[in-house]
Amino acid sequence: MKISEVVRLTGATVVCGEEKTGHEVEKGFSSDLMSDVLTLDTENLLLITGLSNVQAIRTAEMADIQYILFTRNKKVTDEMVELAKENNMVLLETSFSLFKTSGILYHAGLKPVY
Amino acid sequence: MAVELTYQVKGGDFSHAGDASSQVKKVLKQLDIDPKKIKSIVIALYEAEVNVVAHALEGVIRVTVDEEKITMLLTDRGAGIPDIELAMREGYSTASKEVREMGFGAGMGLPNIKRNTDLLEITSEPGQGTTVKMVNFF
Repeated sequence: MKISEVVRLTGATVVCGEEKTGHEVEKGFSSDLMSDVLTLDTENLLLITGLSNVQAIRTAEMADIQYILFTRNKKVTDEMVELAKENNMVLLETSFSLFKTSGILYHAGLKPVY
Repeated sequence: MAVELTYQVKGGDFSHAGDASSQVKKVLKQLDIDPKKIKSIVIALYEAEVNVVAHALEGVIRVTVDEEKITMLLTDRGAGIPDIELAMREGYSTASKEVREMGFGAGMGLPNIKRNTDLLEITSEPGQGTTVKMVNFF
């Protein structure tokens, strides 16, 4: 699924990484627990989370995750954007809940990790 | 030729938790280490770094990279771990609410470090601090 499609389906705003919205993601993982995210060994992953802090970006950096969609109307801070840009990430924000976001994307064909 | 790196970690400073791991990741990329190996190494180091921030007053991370391996030694001053075997158990946690709000503290850190390292040694003196040694071969 193209990132642009993720944006369209969830009514998301692209916070940074606009130039990469043509990229494809194959799987999605929804979690507010970064320890669980760090156990994944999946490439081409969209992280869907309601945890909006610097550690979400750091976790993505360590786990080689390039795409993060923040749910529940959580706002990304300037510090997070700076760190995300350093790591060539795409950050998206949606007002939808984690459940609704995950449901829509799953229904549209984004695969689960497990 | 070995590369040696040292980082200071401050307990409770969550906004900088991961800075050292991020620097190590950049160095390993420059050394052209296999990306899969890098991922395991930095995930283990990041978990360990977060542990120092979450549980200790302060700590030092010493990293040595040579031709065949990376050795990561984290020494902290703090509460220590009274029962290491219990701490290694998945789901066991003594983390504060603040740590949980950061997305950690679910008792997954040490088991995840073990999964991502070739060698792991933990020694601790309750009330004094903890030393974690991790080695990964390239």
